[in-house]
Amino acid sequence: MLIGKPADIRPSEITSRGNYLNRREFIAAGVAAGGIALSAPALGAVVPRGGFAKLPDVRESAFSTDEAPTSYDDVTTYNNYWEFGTKKQDPALYSTDFEPHPWRITVDGHAEKTGSFHFDDFIKPFDLEERIYRMRCVEAWSMVIPWVGISLADIVKHHKPTSKARYVAFETLHDPTRMPGQRRRVLDWPYREGLTIEEATNPLAILAVGLYGEALPNPNGAPIRLVVPWKYGFKGIKGIVRISFVEEQPPSSWNIAQPHEYGFYANVNPDVSHPRWSQARERRIGSGRFANKQPTLMFNGYGEQVAHLYKGLDLRKNY
Amino acid sequence: MDTLKQIRFIWKPVVFALCLLPAALVVTDAFDITGSLGANPVEEIQDRLGNWGLRFIMIALAVTPLRRITGWNSLLRFRRMLGLFAFFYVLLHFLAWLILDQGLLWSAVLEDIAERPFITLGFAALLILTAMAGTSTNGMRRRMGRRWQQLHYGAYVAGILGVWHFWWQVKKDIQDPLIYAIVLGVLLGYRVWARLTKRRKA
Repeated sequence: MLIGKPADIRPSEITSRGNYLNRREFIAAGVAAGGIALSAPALGAVVPRGGFAKLPDVRESAFSTDEAPTSYDDVTTYNNYWEFGTKKQDPALYSTDFEPHPWRITVDGHAEKTGSFHFDDFIKPFDLEERIYRMRCVEAWSMVIPWVGISLADIVKHHKPTSKARYVAFETLHDPTRMPGQRRRVLDWPYREGLTIEEATNPLAILAVGLYGEALPNPNGAPIRLVVPWKYGFKGIKGIVRISFVEEQPPSSWNIAQPHEYGFYANVNPDVSHPRWSQARERRIGSGRFANKQPTLMFNGYGEQVAHLYKGLDLRKNY
Repeated sequence: MDTLKQIRFIWKPVVFALCLLPAALVVTDAFDITGSLGANPVEEIQDRLGNWGLRFIMIALAVTPLRRITGWNSLLRFRRMLGLFAFFYVLLHFLAWLILDQGLLWSAVLEDIAERPFITLGFAALLILTAMAGTSTNGMRRRMGRRWQQLHYGAYVAGILGVWHFWWQVKKDIQDPLIYAIVLGVLLGYRVWARLTKRRKA
């Protein structure tokens, strides 16, 4: 399907030749690998929008919002991905040489089906869905992003967690040679995040592998990242290499760095201010220079799907 | 032309135009003429104006040490203009926050100034610079006498508050505010050092 197709393609949307070639190499490698090429969803026909492979057989989802998506340019050039630098434009500038494939994901902890999986094998059993979600950053700005992803609940069930698995922990690749931002200790690398098993199996939670119908661009967390749209953006860990089923609440990077400012839950909540700024309103990226901020919604407007997860929990204390 | 006339009719207008450049670039970038303000133009406008406010505080504070070191006394003739440009950029930074970011929503504005320490600090710095700008004429200087000098030591306080404001504003990576803090430390440290060595000689 086509979504938010622009009238024309701007030069900035066309990937560098090097990147394009790398993609072709990846596809060629996939074809050479035989069987994988036929079934792996990431190997569709090349449509140079971001220059990435067009993802085939993407289903629509009832969870998608009908709000206008933020432009491809804005979604891919205004990012918090400190592995590639701490400024918003850094990930777009410094991730151009990052080659996300081949990629392996380790699944460990309290589950029956653990091990190290090749990216293609990891996502092969699942359907791809387009989820057009609101994304609310803790810094009081927001976007509407057409992700392509896999239900995290399906992935969790597939790996058969045991009754001891009360939380799911995630870890980003730690490789300062490929991720220049990790050469500075601005955070305790690798980036880590976590969800309760109930959150991880909520139907809204996905692992995204695509954006705007194509493979996920590097600044957005290629090749695979978490999307939990009722939480602040920093929960959406990028470049995931490890998924662990654990018994205790796992550490999360911003909570370690500044526990008074960033909690484990990090649910979008207009009534609980960040200590240094209000969370009552948000600036929608692309809304224009003179547009006012808009009110922030509880759970980013996804209360119907997730509010029941937090019954009896004091959200002022558990921010 | 004598030196005074050269300064007045050539150098001052040149410096004035240069000082206006960052503001002009914000305007031309806003219309995508010279560049772009990126995905979040409101944030970019505030950041640039705030940064230039801090830079001009530093530049104005650099006049005295530079004059003493180079012996080029004419530098003093630019100090007021540079200080007023610091006020100009800090005021625009404040107005961008008030109008573009907060949309003149007074309840949110007052809550922020009262409850967010980093905004309180920035606002205090603006008040100090406003008082200094308002008393910057020759007439006011004459009328205020010794109190004028005392008030205008406020530049040191505004510099400290401004860096502190920036430091508390950033999320975690303090590299940029740290650079300002070091520069300010050198500029203020020079004054302490100069005073101490003067006393020793006397």
